Amino acid sequence: MEVPASGQPMSAGPNAAPSLVIRNLRKEYRAGEPVLKNVCFEVTGRGMTAIIGPSGTGKSTLIRCINRLVEPTAGEIVFLGRDLATLNRKELRMARRQIGMVFQEYNLVERLSVIENVLCGRLGFVPLWRTWSRRFPAGDIERAFQLLDAVGLSTFATQRADQLSGGQRQRVGIARALMQEPNLLLADEPTSSLDPKTSVEIMELIANRASERNIPVIVNIHNVALAKRFANRIIGMSKGEIVFDGPPTGLEDAHLVEIYGGEDWLE
Amino acid sequence: MAARIGWNDMIQGISQGKARVSSHRRRDAFPPNWPMRLGLVALATYVIYATTVIDLSWSRFVIGLDQGARFIARMLPPNMAGDKLDLLFNGMLESLQIAIIATIVGVVLSLPLGLAAARNLSPWPLAWMARTLVVLFRTFHPVIVAILFVKAVGFGALAGMLALVVASVGFLAKLFAEATEEMSMKQVEGVRATGASFLSLVVMAVVPQVMSRFIGFSAYQLDSNLRNSALVGLVGGGGIGATLFTAFQRFDYDFVLTIVLSVIAVIMVGEILSGWMRRLFQ
Amino acid sequence: MTNSQASPHGIRRQWHRFSARERIMRTSFHVVVLIAIAWSLRSIEIFPEFLYDAPQQTADLFARMWPIDWAWYPKVVHAALIETLHIATLGTILAVAMAGLVALLVASNITHSPVINAFGRFILVATRSVHTIVWALFFVAMFGPGALAGTLAIAVHSIGFTGKLLSEAIEDARPGPIEALAAAGGSRRAILLMGYWPQVKPSVLAIAAFRWDINVRESAVLGLVGGGGLGMALDTALSNLYWDQAGLVLLVIFGVVIATEIMTAWIRAKII
Repeated sequence: MEVPASGQPMSAGPNAAPSLVIRNLRKEYRAGEPVLKNVCFEVTGRGMTAIIGPSGTGKSTLIRCINRLVEPTAGEIVFLGRDLATLNRKELRMARRQIGMVFQEYNLVERLSVIENVLCGRLGFVPLWRTWSRRFPAGDIERAFQLLDAVGLSTFATQRADQLSGGQRQRVGIARALMQEPNLLLADEPTSSLDPKTSVEIMELIANRASERNIPVIVNIHNVALAKRFANRIIGMSKGEIVFDGPPTGLEDAHLVEIYGGEDWLE
Repeated sequence: MAARIGWNDMIQGISQGKARVSSHRRRDAFPPNWPMRLGLVALATYVIYATTVIDLSWSRFVIGLDQGARFIARMLPPNMAGDKLDLLFNGMLESLQIAIIATIVGVVLSLPLGLAAARNLSPWPLAWMARTLVVLFRTFHPVIVAILFVKAVGFGALAGMLALVVASVGFLAKLFAEATEEMSMKQVEGVRATGASFLSLVVMAVVPQVMSRFIGFSAYQLDSNLRNSALVGLVGGGGIGATLFTAFQRFDYDFVLTIVLSVIAVIMVGEILSGWMRRLFQ
Repeated sequence: MTNSQASPHGIRRQWHRFSARERIMRTSFHVVVLIAIAWSLRSIEIFPEFLYDAPQQTADLFARMWPIDWAWYPKVVHAALIETLHIATLGTILAVAMAGLVALLVASNITHSPVINAFGRFILVATRSVHTIVWALFFVAMFGPGALAGTLAIAVHSIGFTGKLLSEAIEDARPGPIEALAAAGGSRRAILLMGYWPQVKPSVLAIAAFRWDINVRESAVLGLVGGGGLGMALDTALSNLYWDQAGLVLLVIFGVVIATEIMTAWIRAKII
């Protein structure tokens, strides 16, 4: 299995259009207390961007603002040439189809089977009657099975989602996101609920599947070691602002202190 | 147990030359529960007060019992005459039909209304309006609603059916909204991120979570409608209620017993059927 | 593994939500439902003339109800309201007492004879199936019109619902404390009082509150057949076709129901 080596620059030509541009993003849950202050960055081409930082620093809010699961207070989110912040509901749904998301607590529909959960990835593309009667097009069903093969869950297709372990559920979540054939993959703390070994497996899965499809990944993660191992760009946040943006090799202890504060936890 | 420990203490104390037994030092294992006792006293006082206010006297009760015995004698054996059975059959049939349609229409209408009333899915003005509507539907007893419908659409089964639809929608929409508000929003968020339309979201994320409870509610409502359909006839809404009331007024108590027993039988059958239906869908 | 790998035999894999057997059962169910609807609709007579002037009739109804005859309130309605509340409360208290006894018969962890359990269950079903109004008809014939008949009707009808919930609460009681008491040599009375009662107590209040809420609504209509309370005021108004007075009674019923809902919600919040 290939693992992108750290420090490798993101491959896309120097003139490639950025997939995602965030400008002056700001979010206040309560007036006057911004959780995100003036966040700006661009994501171009393929590769994994890991956002690190302590809890409460706005990482999760940032990721959710990208597909507007959380509404930003101000700023631009330009994805594939369109500012997501200005879209109406229907256009937003169209845009969300292009963005796959993997969640910390998997967010699967527990009572549905694994394959139904994967097929949820196509909900933005099939008419309501097909969803209601579960008569998805044969091509979609075949692709769902192929994705289950790709994440290593071939034999689990008809099992109910709540009968799976945490790592297995996250694999289903990844398959669901990939089912959308997205242009961007978001992952909000995908490994926080998993044990160390499974965490590595999941990060590998995300990194490999995304690079196969040439799509960028933005991952929220608080495990710095995992971030350095799998990402080729690290964004460090502290108190709602970006304080580090560069390759993992450039991430030094001084930066980590600035991001996380205190030295005790550094080895 | 407390007594035994005290005894041991005493023995030990005496053997050590110290008699330390004093009854007020021994803690009571079951202290009197004062809030509970006060509550019971208040309850008893209320009962005595209320019975006097509404003139429930023991003597009336006893006289009534005597009357009741005569009553029961006149009710037995239940009247099974041919023409009466015809009346019974037609009345029950109509009640059954009223109950079936009212439940089905009620289920269909309560789904969108219940969804609209769920505060975690619906924008709050809509939710507020839907909730008010639901409360309005539930306030009045089906019999009262039937009276109003009789005035609006005339005597007969239609008025009874509409009254039961109102009652069903009120009940089911409220429970559906509550079940929706209790569901996990994480599962909804996961499906929402795929760009699904609202209805697809409901089908794939909401329905799987609440469907089994909703089926339970619907089965209960069918049972309730079966019972109420026998009633709306009292005020002109069709069904066995009218037959029952007439029998009462004519002092045909043996026929009354027949009717009541048939209603009980139908309801018991209905319960068994709804049990099957529940197992089928789960 | 890439996603362009074809499935083993070059055929597309299929998935169906329900097995063939399940599909047959579900389809049959839907067909039965459709037949039931069609059959029921045919027999319910709908007079088109009545339907056409329904909106007009409804408008007429509300026009006659307004303005509401407020003056009637202190004269008759207030006393009727108080009577209704007492009927509901006394009826609930009586019901809880009687239902408690029946629940003891039904709960399989207290009464071990299946015959007695079945008998108790029959009592519960029978009392629940006969509607409060029908019970009221009986009791009015026995005790004459008035609050006595109404209270008994409420009490007897509630036994079914309350008894079922109470028996479930008893059966849900954890066996641990019971076994401990029995092992320590507790008498039957002690086991009931100290083993079951503390576990069942919170449910009793919740069930009683829930039932009281429903009973207030039911008490309001019992008067239509002579059971006392607001229903009798309504019946008088309707017989005289004084719609403005009827409107007043309906408004009062509405207010009372809202008030009791708020109260029961508050009580349940306190217990839970």
